Amino acid sequence: MIASALNEALARGELPRALQHLLERDAAPLAEGAPLPRRRFLKLAGAGGLALGAWPVLAADAPANGPAGPKPTERPAAFVQIAGDGTVTVTVNRLEFGQGVHTALPLVLAEELDADWSRVRAQLGTNDIAYADPLWGMHLTGGSTALKHSFKQYRELGARARAMLVAAAAERWKVDAATLRTSAGSVTGPGGKRASYGELAEAAMRQPVPAAVTLKDPQQFRLIGKPTRRLDAKAKSSGRQDFGIDMKLPGQLTAVIARPPVFGAKLASVDDAAARAMPGVKAVLRVPLDRGAEGVAVIATGYWPARQAREALKLQWDTAAVEKVDSQRQLAQYRELAGQSGPRQFDADMAPLDNAPKKIEAEFVFPYLAHAPMEPLNCTVRLSDRGAELWVGSQMPGLDGMAAAGVFGLKPEQVKVNVQMAGGGFGRRAIPTSEYVVEACQIAKAARAAGLDAPVRTLWSREDDIHGGYYRPMHLHRARIGFDAQGRVTAWDHVLVGQSITAGTPFEAMMVKNGIDATAVEGMRAPYPLPMRLTVHHPKVNVPVLWWRSVGSTHTAFVMETLIDEIARSTNQDPVAYRLALIGTQHPRHRAALQLAVDRSGYGRKTLAAGRAWGVAVHESFESVVAYVVEASLQDGRPKLERVTAGVHCNLAVNPLTVEAQVQGAALMGLATCLPGAAITLKDGVVEQHNFGEYAVPRITDMPQIAVHIVPSAEPPTGMGEPGLPPLAPAFANAVARLTGKPQRALPFVV
Amino acid sequence: MTTLNVNGRPLAVDADPATPVLWALRDNLGLTGTKFGCGAALCGACTVHMDGQAIRSCVTPISAVEGRRLTTIEAVTAGQDRVGTAVHAAWVKHDVAQCGYCQSGQIMSATAFLKSLPRGKQPSAAEIDAAMAGNVCRCGTYARIRAAVADAARALA
Repeated sequence: MIASALNEALARGELPRALQHLLERDAAPLAEGAPLPRRRFLKLAGAGGLALGAWPVLAADAPANGPAGPKPTERPAAFVQIAGDGTVTVTVNRLEFGQGVHTALPLVLAEELDADWSRVRAQLGTNDIAYADPLWGMHLTGGSTALKHSFKQYRELGARARAMLVAAAAERWKVDAATLRTSAGSVTGPGGKRASYGELAEAAMRQPVPAAVTLKDPQQFRLIGKPTRRLDAKAKSSGRQDFGIDMKLPGQLTAVIARPPVFGAKLASVDDAAARAMPGVKAVLRVPLDRGAEGVAVIATGYWPARQAREALKLQWDTAAVEKVDSQRQLAQYRELAGQSGPRQFDADMAPLDNAPKKIEAEFVFPYLAHAPMEPLNCTVRLSDRGAELWVGSQMPGLDGMAAAGVFGLKPEQVKVNVQMAGGGFGRRAIPTSEYVVEACQIAKAARAAGLDAPVRTLWSREDDIHGGYYRPMHLHRARIGFDAQGRVTAWDHVLVGQSITAGTPFEAMMVKNGIDATAVEGMRAPYPLPMRLTVHHPKVNVPVLWWRSVGSTHTAFVMETLIDEIARSTNQDPVAYRLALIGTQHPRHRAALQLAVDRSGYGRKTLAAGRAWGVAVHESFESVVAYVVEASLQDGRPKLERVTAGVHCNLAVNPLTVEAQVQGAALMGLATCLPGAAITLKDGVVEQHNFGEYAVPRITDMPQIAVHIVPSAEPPTGMGEPGLPPLAPAFANAVARLTGKPQRALPFVV
Repeated sequence: MTTLNVNGRPLAVDADPATPVLWALRDNLGLTGTKFGCGAALCGACTVHMDGQAIRSCVTPISAVEGRRLTTIEAVTAGQDRVGTAVHAAWVKHDVAQCGYCQSGQIMSATAFLKSLPRGKQPSAAEIDAAMAGNVCRCGTYARIRAAVADAARALA
């Protein structure tokens, strides 16, 4: 049992296996039942008040040493409710923020339950331990893991619930359960007996939860693998879907925060007389903010009066003690760092570089990127004498709940986090410091101390969001590559400079090894067997950074796939043939994805229209492989992405309609990183972009024609929330390089 | 006190006349289907109709819409509006939404656009793009939006 291994590991104070696996991306794939390396649990001291150490305490609630029985993550009652009318409500243990998990996991459960799909509903969970990822051991929507980690969990939940319904029918009809069949929400038995799940639900709940269940053979699947529309499609196409921002509790107030212009700065003086006098304003409060900063919260009857009062504040800031980052200077510092020695992720003999017949020397620059989800960040908090309740679109509600408990001096179990449907996130809602949740809690606490007995929704403006940090880190890459006329690489000396995402967070202990953050180097070298030396520098900079959809692969895939393409071009080789030869036979999923994209695109067979060029890239991230073959052109000197053909290998595609949507969306987000305006820059410590004007995002007019093709597979599914992103920018860049004769060495493109 | 005509009903709003229609709808009237995305008329999430025209409610003060007919996503997709009903159906059929947050605004823009066309006219791909270019979707649903708008136009022909 996955969950029992997890809980026992937690009870012993060990890391969940998948977390270890994340550290060891190059290690053998996660094997269920593999022995757990004995490793100490995370050290948590001083980590922003987070109490990850509470995991084992929470896990101790599970019967790790007690009587045998289902663990919290295996209890059907926590996940599936069947009403008398036959409606099946499935609780989803992830955040739904576009990726389709709110449909996919119910689909998986319904498959084994033999439910009537038209009667299946879904709801999001809470920070209850039952909804922790069974492999991560924590509540986490991230790393494209939902289906990878919960496929078996939701199948088993469905199968257990089905077995209980069958047992109830057998008891009612006094027949052997083995003689009964199920389909589309009913149990049928000998002699034409038939009972709906709704009729049986109450009696089924009294049945014991079976310890073991047999799952279907994939050939029996009737829902899994079929294109299925989203359960939330109607609500999201009519304004009826509520998001976190739509919370409306009785008496609820809205808060906005005046934050310092430089990360971590403090208040020098506050004149709030005008703000306090404005209609609708209930309180103006100094509050501690993230990274030791201070700010002023304005609490009012609604967002507009709160925002107007914020404008009326006269604040002076003390920025003397904090570093004021300047992007130009930072780049110069990164260049200097790149010339120094540092820890090595890979090592190889660099002697052949000097005498290599052909060489490439290249430097790449990637800027900070904001996530900018369409729904501005928000968190609603209700405090009472008994505890606290939060409503928030969070990717990590367990950590957020513990962080909230830390703010209020409550026990973790006194804080309930209700996961709200979120308008995008892309990583911004998975904050190791729980920054925006902690700030909302600080405001709620200050409001209560000031005598305001009302729930408070803290809401960000778009400017707050763009200014708000937690960006994809800026990176500098340098490569010196020696190769021969056949494109055989003899030495590849590579240096990577960028902030560590996990340094200073509770994840540091497991993600940073030998001074190298695994999230910075993921996607380097593989799948190519290259003699690479990779040196890594992680400077400390006063700009908070975070994972951003597909994380390290947002830059490593670009560097790898444009350089590989350049080697092919400079040795007059076809970029597809060159890649396939280099990949060899070790990576059949890469080969299959690339070949599918090539075949469906017409590459090598079709003559392109004048002014168009092909571009190719393939990349694995989060254990799924996506290959793109694209067509691009230049319009008034500006690169335009015309057409995209995707080949996808994600093992079993649980819902092909969602896989297609995720690839379409990830491709657009990859395209976004190429286009003008996709950069966050700082001057004198202040972020220079404010809204979608300066931080431009793609429009429908930028969207290429796109076709998504999936390699058939019956292997257990891997995730698709992120893997469509990384290969898009390099495929586009490779096409542009063919059009202009010049390689692209930066994102956004320099033209 | 300002009286707004919203979805055919006169509704009193006790707010500063400079308050954007968006916040009057959301915080005063509880009509939260209209979304806040940028507050600066850059993303289109807040799109509503004023006398049938698509406007950005986040930058339109309530003082500017007195005596005008406001229509929100709630009314357009309630089944009474012929074009809105077709657009809603096409959105569901094409499984357009991902996170769904921008889709109210997308649907309002698409509906205003299709209503602006002569009856039976099928818009070109370029016309659809131009009509929808003011609405940002970060999830990247644009391919399906194109298909859904074209499909709704066919259904209305």
